[in-house]
Amino acid sequence: MSARTRNLISGLLWTSPWLVGFAVFLFLPLAMSLWYSFTDYPLLKPPVYIGMENYTGLLHDDKFWLVVKNTLVYSAFAIPLSTLVSLVVAAWLATPGLRARGFFLGAVFLPTLVPMMAAAMVWLWLFNAENGLINVLLKFVGVSGPIWLNDARWSIPALVLTGLWGVGQMVVVYVAAINEVPAALYEAATLDGMGPVRRFQHVTLPLITPAVLFNVITLTIGSLQIFVMPYVLFRNEQGQRDSGNMYNLLLYDNAFVYQKFGYASAMAWVQLLVVLALTGIMMFASKRLVHYRGAA
Amino acid sequence: MSEINPNRRPAAILYLMLGMTAVLFLTPLVWMGATSLKPERQAASQELRLLPDPASSTFSQAAKNYSEVWNDPSVEFPIYLRNTLIVAGLAVVGMTISSAMVAYGLSRIRWPGRGAVFFTVLLSMMIPFPVIMVPLFLVFRDLGWIGTLKPLWVPAWFGGAFNIFMLRQFFMGIPRDLDEAALIDGLSQWGIFWRVIVPLSRPALAVVALFHFIYVWNDFLAPLVFITSRDQFTLALGLQLYQSKSGLTPWNLLMAASTMVVIPVLVLFIMTQGALVRGVAAAGLKE
Repeated sequence: MSARTRNLISGLLWTSPWLVGFAVFLFLPLAMSLWYSFTDYPLLKPPVYIGMENYTGLLHDDKFWLVVKNTLVYSAFAIPLSTLVSLVVAAWLATPGLRARGFFLGAVFLPTLVPMMAAAMVWLWLFNAENGLINVLLKFVGVSGPIWLNDARWSIPALVLTGLWGVGQMVVVYVAAINEVPAALYEAATLDGMGPVRRFQHVTLPLITPAVLFNVITLTIGSLQIFVMPYVLFRNEQGQRDSGNMYNLLLYDNAFVYQKFGYASAMAWVQLLVVLALTGIMMFASKRLVHYRGAA
Repeated sequence: MSEINPNRRPAAILYLMLGMTAVLFLTPLVWMGATSLKPERQAASQELRLLPDPASSTFSQAAKNYSEVWNDPSVEFPIYLRNTLIVAGLAVVGMTISSAMVAYGLSRIRWPGRGAVFFTVLLSMMIPFPVIMVPLFLVFRDLGWIGTLKPLWVPAWFGGAFNIFMLRQFFMGIPRDLDEAALIDGLSQWGIFWRVIVPLSRPALAVVALFHFIYVWNDFLAPLVFITSRDQFTLALGLQLYQSKSGLTPWNLLMAASTMVVIPVLVLFIMTQGALVRGVAAAGLKE
């Protein structure tokens, strides 16, 4: 047996857990879900092929468009705001000579470790219209707060606020990226008369684009998948409230509450294609950004 | 003059901003803990107090709240804790060993096709769980796993994309001379893995184990979909049940239950903050 064959066998053996797991827990479900998306499949009966009916059904489903709109509006606010907040906090934390950095970084990072379910319970309490801390504090400064969770207009802002609480991992990545920027560049920029804001804009930001890309892709995929927080904040015995309904909540309801597995699978594939397309676009755009930096 | 010295000491305003940021981020957790120590009537009031009134009643009131939650006959937290620990233990061991083995195959052995396998690892990181949860439920049903805890821990024994990615990166940094020396000494691949790679990778393996423990401890969606009977609930499911069970759950007790679920993660965080932060930073920088 040649060394090449021996290495091939050995490589396949070492990676066999992944190969089997990938086949059984990822590829097979993906293929099944593609097939189901062309079928009518109530849980207890076998699937029946119905062509594109699930997909055309989605186009005429008001609930579908509602969750698409809600999820996009949430993402449209959460992604830029979270990016802005995490970049600003990271810039502060990366200041040379800062004392107690570990404490400040830890305070921002800690919330990302809190179980989502517990975090959702805490926000449920903080947003309580009468005795919740947010409105009590607002009252303290003479502002009468909204009835947050029971006012449809405040549903998405409330979710964005809870999302901002979870920017800690992005902050950690940004701080690490900023620390890699050579100090000499800052000195040069300072000698050129740049203040801290312009230094950040013209020196730091262009050099940390890979970290920005990583965070924005992660954040985008995460925002489109938001589930636990709206599940707790906007759900009761009657089901999910419209103003706080999101894409994956409707997918879950279609599958496991209405037992329309075919229809839910069509939703799943639409989501998969959107996520892959968005990731592809961002990767492509990033190539151009990196090129731009090299040319400039 | 201070303007052109980039190494000057940070201004007081910076500490003020960071201090306010830290307060904002910690307030929800502090308020959760504070609420859990109060009697029901004081919790559901507009008073801004951290401790119950009188403060001397803190310990007795806390003991009362927490034991009421722990011993609630309709929501069996002791059983949910046991289930969560079983799942977490089995999943963490499986995830760490299998991810390390796969990462070894992808980093220390040259073989045709390893690029393709690595590509499937990267690809799978982009597939959201909700996309596959419906057919996965059916796969687990056909395997006879619905009604057991298996859906929550068996898949971990087949490696996790993110962990494989991280460990592969780490293993590639270990000098290859070590393998060759070990080969000459007569060690097999298996021997090299256990006696050379694993001992040198303890910090990276610990980070994988730690992150996976937190992941399992926090996960809600997979248990929600795959766990059908109450005696197999995990803590995250149990907490939701506690909130939504008939009748209004008093805020002080709901916050006590939440605090119980958060405390183990908090303790882990305090013990391992450095490792956790470095792990997250490394994941972001290596992209």
